[in-house]
Amino acid sequence: MTVTVERGVTSKQPHAGHPRRPRDSYALFLLPGVLAFLVVIIVPFLMNTGVSFTDWQGVGSPEWSGLANYRELLDDSEFWASFRHSLFMVVAMAAVPTAVGLVLAAALFDYVGKHFGSKTVAVLRACFYLPQVLPIAVAGIVWSWILAPDNGSLNELLKAIGLSSWQQDWLGDPDIALYSVMGVMVWVQLGFPLVIFMAGLQRVDPQLHEAAELDGAGWWRRFWHITLPQIRPEIYVVLTWCTIAALKVFGAVYVLTKGGPGGATNVPSYFSFTTFFEKTQVGYGAAISTVLTVMILLLSLIGLKLQTRAEEREGS
Amino acid sequence: MTSALRRYPVLIALCIAALFMIVPFLIVTLNAFKSPAEYSQNGPLSLPDGLYLDGLKDFWERVDYTQKLVNSLLISGGVAIFAVILSILNAYAIGIGRIKGRTWVLAFFVLANMLPQEALVYPIYYLSKEAGLYDTRLSVIIVFTVIQAAFGTYLLSSVLGQFPREIIEAARIDGANKWQILWRIVVPVSRPTIGVLLVFFFIWTWNEFLLPLVMLISNDNQTVSVALGVLQGQRLMDATMTNAAALLGVLPALVFFLVFQRTLTRGIAVGAVK
Repeated sequence: MTVTVERGVTSKQPHAGHPRRPRDSYALFLLPGVLAFLVVIIVPFLMNTGVSFTDWQGVGSPEWSGLANYRELLDDSEFWASFRHSLFMVVAMAAVPTAVGLVLAAALFDYVGKHFGSKTVAVLRACFYLPQVLPIAVAGIVWSWILAPDNGSLNELLKAIGLSSWQQDWLGDPDIALYSVMGVMVWVQLGFPLVIFMAGLQRVDPQLHEAAELDGAGWWRRFWHITLPQIRPEIYVVLTWCTIAALKVFGAVYVLTKGGPGGATNVPSYFSFTTFFEKTQVGYGAAISTVLTVMILLLSLIGLKLQTRAEEREGS
Repeated sequence: MTSALRRYPVLIALCIAALFMIVPFLIVTLNAFKSPAEYSQNGPLSLPDGLYLDGLKDFWERVDYTQKLVNSLLISGGVAIFAVILSILNAYAIGIGRIKGRTWVLAFFVLANMLPQEALVYPIYYLSKEAGLYDTRLSVIIVFTVIQAAFGTYLLSSVLGQFPREIIEAARIDGANKWQILWRIVVPVSRPTIGVLLVFFFIWTWNEFLLPLVMLISNDNQTVSVALGVLQGQRLMDATMTNAAALLGVLPALVFFLVFQRTLTRGIAVGAVK
């Protein structure tokens, strides 16, 4: 991301001949931003990290306990379960939407766009994107009602088509709840990759496809060998963003299941929230969120690296 | 010939998939207009007998939805405006001013944007209590202004980095100072990007849940998202109430979507791949 900016900057450097106007007086414009950042983000972040080394309960003065919280985390099965559920969320919010979004975007672009016009494409794209503009709390309300055990739409639907035996307590059964939440998250997330990929596809030179088609390559082959490599930067962006979003998922879990039943859908974000505000073990909650932060920053760096490399390869 | 045979099944498959995406919206709308008796008798899949509006009305009054809408509008609108101003100032220094160490400054903002709110939430809760700002809409406006401005800084800096230098040079020769150049030239020329940012900040803030949930506990300050989420979490609502809540939560989002559809889809592509 930074690289794009740098490129723009360095390519237009020659106007340096203004000795009377020192460039750095622009730094004044940065002052409000940097101050606000220190107060709202940097200081709280450092406080949180600091508190994670204490056994603070939210009142009184925190007492230093070194790595005790982190050691406790290692033995905490609830903590490990929450991170295991995070992996499921990565599948539901990053892997599946990216894969399905790619196929949908390419199909919309190759078939619908070419033969049925851009209006049709816009309508279909809007349908897929719609859940993305919904507040996650509202999406949670909608789905918890659809998935309700008695009188829920899904169970009623199953009954109506004669599949009563498939009826479930979708969010209340510990064996199914996590998969139900995953299903909801796929629905929520799908529109994001779709829109990004459709924008990316417009960059791909149509002649590549035409040449391949003349050579007798079918749709899947062209998809695999032309479309995919061409929009690799977009794929990395989407995977990075969605994986981070998956690690942070909170609202959906809060509204759909409150982490239950019996911790079956607990995730680190919700786990740290309850540890902070319900158990008031602030030090321990801070340790959980610090681990989460480290993971997210690492992932961001990896994503950024991959993206930069893909862009460079594409540029050369 | 073969491609003609192949493209209709593709279209039909896509339409079915799209229908599946909007079915939840359709059944919510369908059921929001049913009376409780009708709902329990015919279930969620039947068509409503008539327009029963009391469910919506009851829910509206019960949660004082007008107040929630005002709160959400105030908070999201405030954040959108302040965050855009902050982003413009930052990006002006980085993109146009090309201050020393701008790469690092930009990295600082980007990194701050990636920090999960979970790692800020307790200190923000604690500090706002100390500052007497806890449970005020102002506290949420301040926090989200900064969080959104991180993204805005990043996006606008890259746009302003490619701003035509000639225009700025010409204005400088005409005697304009930096402040004038910013507001009379840079901002008007960058209006499309700024518009995208305004829409994004507004909708993102509208949809936020964790921080408003923690910060806004009194009924009079809660946003739409928080009020609905908390009610649902407490499981106090019957099926008809839930439906009314869902529809009233969906409606503003739908309105934004219809109004801003083009900005949104354009912006999301610009934002992610820049």
